[in-house]
This record gives sequence, C-alpha cells and structure tokens, in this order.
Amino acid sequence: MSTSANTATISPGGMGVPPVCGAGSASPANLQTGGTPVLPERNQTIDVSLGPQHPSTHGVFRMNVTLDGETVTKLQPVFGYLHRNHEKIAEGNSWLAAMPYTDRLDYICPLTNNWAYALAVEKLAGIEVAERAEYIRVITAELTRLQNHTVFLGFILGDMGAWGSALMYAFREREKILDLFESLTGARMMCNYMRFGGCRCDLPAGWIQSARKLVDGFPAFLDEMEALLTGNEILLARLQGIAPLTAERAINGGLSGPCLRASGVDYDIRKVENYGVYNRFKFRVPRGSTGDCYDRFMIRVLEARESVEILKQAIAGIPEGPIVNPKAKQRGFRPPAGEAYGRIEGPKGELGFYLISNGSDRPYRFRIRPPSLINLTLLEELSIGTKIADVMVILGSIDIVLGEVDR
Amino acid sequence: MDLLERAPIELKSWFLNLLGSFGVPQGILSVLSAVIIIGTVIGVFLGLFALMSVMERKILARAQNRYGPNRVGFFRWRLFGLFQPVADGIKMITKEDLVPRTSDRAVHFLAPVVMMIPALLVLAILPYGRDMVPAELDAGILYFFAVGAGTEVAVFMAGWASNNKYSVLGAMRAIAQMISYEIPLVMAAIIAAMISGSLSPSAIVAAQGGFAWGFVPQWFVLTPWGFTAGLLFYIAALAESNRSPFDLPEGESELVAGHLTEYSGFKYATFFMAEYIGMFAVCGLLVTLFLGGWQAPLPFLTIIPSWCWFFGKVCFVAFTMVWVRATLPRLRIDHMLAFAWKFLLPMSFAAFLSAACWHYAGRGPLAWLLSLAIVGIPYLILGTAFTNRFAISRRTYQFSE
Repeated sequence: MSTSANTATISPGGMGVPPVCGAGSASPANLQTGGTPVLPERNQTIDVSLGPQHPSTHGVFRMNVTLDGETVTKLQPVFGYLHRNHEKIAEGNSWLAAMPYTDRLDYICPLTNNWAYALAVEKLAGIEVAERAEYIRVITAELTRLQNHTVFLGFILGDMGAWGSALMYAFREREKILDLFESLTGARMMCNYMRFGGCRCDLPAGWIQSARKLVDGFPAFLDEMEALLTGNEILLARLQGIAPLTAERAINGGLSGPCLRASGVDYDIRKVENYGVYNRFKFRVPRGSTGDCYDRFMIRVLEARESVEILKQAIAGIPEGPIVNPKAKQRGFRPPAGEAYGRIEGPKGELGFYLISNGSDRPYRFRIRPPSLINLTLLEELSIGTKIADVMVILGSIDIVLGEVDR
Repeated sequence: MDLLERAPIELKSWFLNLLGSFGVPQGILSVLSAVIIIGTVIGVFLGLFALMSVMERKILARAQNRYGPNRVGFFRWRLFGLFQPVADGIKMITKEDLVPRTSDRAVHFLAPVVMMIPALLVLAILPYGRDMVPAELDAGILYFFAVGAGTEVAVFMAGWASNNKYSVLGAMRAIAQMISYEIPLVMAAIIAAMISGSLSPSAIVAAQGGFAWGFVPQWFVLTPWGFTAGLLFYIAALAESNRSPFDLPEGESELVAGHLTEYSGFKYATFFMAEYIGMFAVCGLLVTLFLGGWQAPLPFLTIIPSWCWFFGKVCFVAFTMVWVRATLPRLRIDHMLAFAWKFLLPMSFAAFLSAACWHYAGRGPLAWLLSLAIVGIPYLILGTAFTNRFAISRRTYQFSE
C-alpha cells in the first residue's frame, strides 16, 4: 500500500480526508452548502501500542506500531517490563545460589539454562564433569529442546488465530516431558538440577524406561503435527514468504539457533564447540534456504526429530558411575580469579554466561547472553512492510520468552 | 405423529380458541396470535443461543483434548455443565458497564441494539416446519438480505464509537469483509431462488420436496451446482457471521477483540447474543435454500416432525462451524479479500451458469454431468491460479552432518 495522501486510512476521532485545496473555504456557510469541510490536518497513519497487555505478545512485551491501513510502516519494540535484576542479584549471592535463578530466565527450558551456567562455572574453575552426569545433561537438554519446539508449534498457531487446538495437542506432549522432569528433579519447570561438576541427584528407578518410551513415541506425534499443519493451505499462505532473512543479515544481526539456521547458516554450537559429550552422538543439523517464517517453523520440527535421534543414542549409551565430580565443591565454592564465557546451543539459540571471578565466594561479574533478546533485535527490520497480522506470526517465529529477554 | 407435527400450531389455536370462548374480542386475539409467534421464535432462538454458547465450548474442548465447562449445575445435580449459560448470564448482567470517557456514548449504546434488531427480524421469514412460517413474504430472501445488511452498520458503529484503535481497525476489517462476502452470499442465494422460480422461502423448500426413485431427496445440495452454491453460501456465511477462519474483525491475536474491545457487561452480552442468533439465522437460510428446509432426508423418516428436521439441520450446520473454528487458523486480510473477489465470486458465476444449464438440459442425469463439468472446470482453473498466487510449495531442507 502506498503512503500517498489519498490513501483512505483513518485515525480515531476523525475521518482521514484527502488534503483539501483552498484552506480558506472553511466556513459554516460552506458546510451548509455541501462544500468540502476542512478538518485540521491529520496523520494518514495510525499509531497503535500493542502491549504490554496483549493476547499474543508472549508475555509483557510491547510494540509501538505505526500502521498505514493494515501495513506496518514503523515498529518499535519496548521491553523491560519483566526486568528482575537477575544479573545483579546473582552477583550478590554465592556461586551456587545463582543456579535456581537461571531457571527463571527462559522458563520454558530451565534445564538448558542450568547447564549453560554450570558449563561456564566449570570452565572458569576447570572442573571435570562426571561421565554419567554428562549423559544426563544431554538427555535432559534434548528433552528440553523437544518440549520447547513442541510448545513453539502450538504458540505460533495461536498467533495465527487457530484457537488453542494445536496448543493443546502440544501441551499434551509437553506434559509427558514435564512429568519426567518432575520425577527427576522434583519440579516441573523450576528444576534447579545441575551442579558444578555434575547433577544434583541420580535418575530415579525406571526413569530411563519411561524416557525411552516417550522418545520412541515422539516421532509419531511429530508426524501427526506436521501432517496436520504443513498440509494446511491457510497456514502455508500465512508463513511462506513472510519476512525472509538473508544469511548475511542474520549473521550481522547476531542471530543464533533455529532462526540463524533457517536462513541457511550452518552453525550449531553442539557441533562447533563440542561441549558435553555431543561429539559421541551422530546427528544432523537442518538448515533452511530463504529464512522466512515457514523455514523458521520447519527448522524446529526437523530439529525436534534430530533431538529424538540424539536421545535414543544417549539413553542407550548412558554409563554407570557417580553423578557429580567428587572433587567439585558446591557450598563455599571459590573459583580462582579469572574470567570465562560458557555457551551452549539452547533451544532458542546461543545461551551464554560470561563470568568474572575475583576469587571470592560470589561472582564479580555475571552476564548473560540471552538468545531471545538478540534474536528479537531484528523484529523491526523483519516486520516493516508486512501486515499487522504478520507481525504476530514473525514474533512467534522468532520464539521469545520474556523472562529471558528482560532478565 | 401428525399430532406432533402440528403440535405448535394446534397448541396456539387451542389457546386462542380458549380465550375466544371467554369473549376476548377478535382484534385482540389476532394481535395475541402474532405475539405468541414472535415470543416463541425469540424464545426458541435464545434457548438455542444459550445451548450453543455452552456446546461450542464443550465441542471446542473435545477437539482440543480438554473437558470444557462441566461444573455449573442445578444445586447438587451437575448436568454436564449445561447450566453454564445461566451463570454466564448472571455474570454478564451484574458486571459493570464500562464506557470509555472519550467514546461517543449514544452510538456506543446504540450499536448492540442495532446489531440485535436485524438478527431478530430476519428470523421472521424462515420456514421452521410445514406451514410454520412466521411471516409469509413473497420476497422473503430479499427481505433477509436487506434487513441482515444492518448488522454491518452496527459493527462499524461499535468500532467507531469506542474511540479505540483496535476497535477502529476491527471495524474497518469488518466492513471490508462483510461487503466482500455479501456478494457471493447473495449470488448463491439467487441461484436457489432462480431454480425454484420464487424468492419465497416456503416455495424454495417446496421445490426441494419429493424423492427421486422413491428414496433420494431432491435437495439442491445434491446437485453439482447446488453443492457448489451451498458451499459458497456456507463459506460466505462464516465470513458474514465473523466466524473463524474469517474472525478478522475481532482477530484476537492481533486486535485483542476488535470492535468489541471496549464493550463489557450486558452490552457485550447483547453483541454476543446477536452474533449467535445471526449465525443461526444464516444457518437456517442455508438449510432452507440448499438442505431441503424442514424436509426429511428419507421417506420413512417423515414420521419425525418437520420442525425437528429443521432445527436438527441448523444445529448440524452450526456444529460444523464450531468444528471449523477448532481446526483452521485465521486468514490474513488481503488473502481473505482476494479469496472473496478472485475465487468465490467467479465460482458463484460458474455455479449460476451451471444451474441454468442443468435446468435447460432437462434436470436429468445428463444435465447432472453437464452442470458438474461447468462448475468443475472453473474450480480446477481458479484453484490452481489461486494457489499459485501465494506461491505455496512444499520445501525440502538440507542437512549438514
């Protein structure tokens, strides 16, 4: 839609009238004789503040949008409504005490947050991780990825207006994974499970069997979901060709995770860094070509399938042994002075913790690289020129969690 | 069975005769007769609305692997939560009616009223059963669309008066949508009227009476042109009553609640009620035009009263609308308008032509095949062209080890 003055758009409180020549003709007589009434000059666009209370901003997030009819001409993201001072609180507490706080970052995937923090501390202090714990970490992280991508499928359908159906089916599967988390860690979402050098507790009896059962049944769910969703022409029309992103722009924007790979960049930290024991498993990294919403959507489905493969291998190969490195100290832990940046491939992208220690019992600097926030920075660029309804889908396809964006 | 069939009519005349025997003058009796009919129709549809409001939630819940409302009952009987509408009603009536300070108060108040009146008025012409038409109009179909168009004004009034940006956007969408889909809707209705040779709903139902070979009902929906026109009518009806996937005016994920954003309390309930009654009315018209009205589908089923068949069919169509809502994502505004003008409208012309050919080719099996070809070929061409327009494709993805 053009921005010409004749575009019939409306601003509340008055009709958007075409500009009138001869501004002096505004008189009561003129109005009575049917001449064009001259109204004060008004914008042809309409500014809408979407949020912070809005059904599909995925939390308390706001977008100041300028609309020309239905087309977005300007978009300004506003965040910080959920700021909890996470980093500063962590700097005021002991090293271990920051662990439960990390659960609250991306509250959909607490276990990967735990792992990223534990990994950074282990790197800082040079702690070896127990072999069995490494496997458990891989299993829990991949289960987290499965549930994140599952919930993503439900949420993006909700953003498209499919009222709850896909979301409820996604939640049914997520519930099974949360049950596993609960029996392992005692909590469904706030797990607080990883420890420096290992994990908090060993697997309960029968856990591996139930995990295997879930993993074996998961591809069937993904097949069903994919068949239902990608066979729908409305969904294809709503996703394909919306907000494409070139590989170059995605790299320059600092994107990571599925959003980056959807643009065709082959970059997966599990492959690049080989942290944990990922080098022992055989898995593939899917990548898209155009980087539009559909690619971002499909990459998640394909990644979930690869996660299932990793899980099968990890469950089959889990060794016996101690759950935590006996030499690692948890309480009164004082890493040597220094700094470290530990990162993992979280379900939403590169989740990194940058820690500086001055040898005391609390971090000197505690800094998080949140994938949600950095992926969100391209929202404006992606949204301009699209329709207002697309903005919600683009936001959904980036997959943010406000707990992580605002911290 | 004949007694049950004529029960509503007999009951009314018995009551009026009773009053007459007490010496009530004839003038008052004829007014009373009209009042009884109006009261019954409104009462039945309000009851249907109440049932629908709870059944929709329960059906959606079943489609979504949930239970839905099943708590509200009558004292200690829970009754599957069927008393939910009572609780909803009490809540809606006792809620505070918030009106934004900057809104146009008069228009804000009038909009739900203007919405409700056409929704009720159009109920007058529907044939609910054999000899059961509240108002026998020769141009009943015309009346339905003429009066029904009033709802568009109401939606825009609501959006405009609220002085809320979501509301205005929703109202703009509503106008674009309702005007666009009015055309295929009317075109589809014209086809049925054309074949029946009458704009009177009763005559259209009568034209679909009887059974071919003794058991195949002669409903219009069972002919190629009638199936096409019925489907077009159904899709346009979804859009006209703002049902998913055409619920753009109140598109929740974008516009919060569209034109209803600033409505609360009883005004909101009135809007809600009007939308549902409007939906039933348009379902009723669909049943009348294409699904044989009150006629039974098989000869031996005529023992079931005709008005049961009518309401049964209406409930079935309404059920499919809920089913669609549980299944499909929302269309985007430009897709929706393109769909109306570039697909539905040409298809309705094709169905029009097809119906004419079916009629002049003698309404036999050959005519059936001819009319199938006349709607089938445009469907294939338009469908392919329309899909190509959005460049929809299945994609393959690369993997790196």
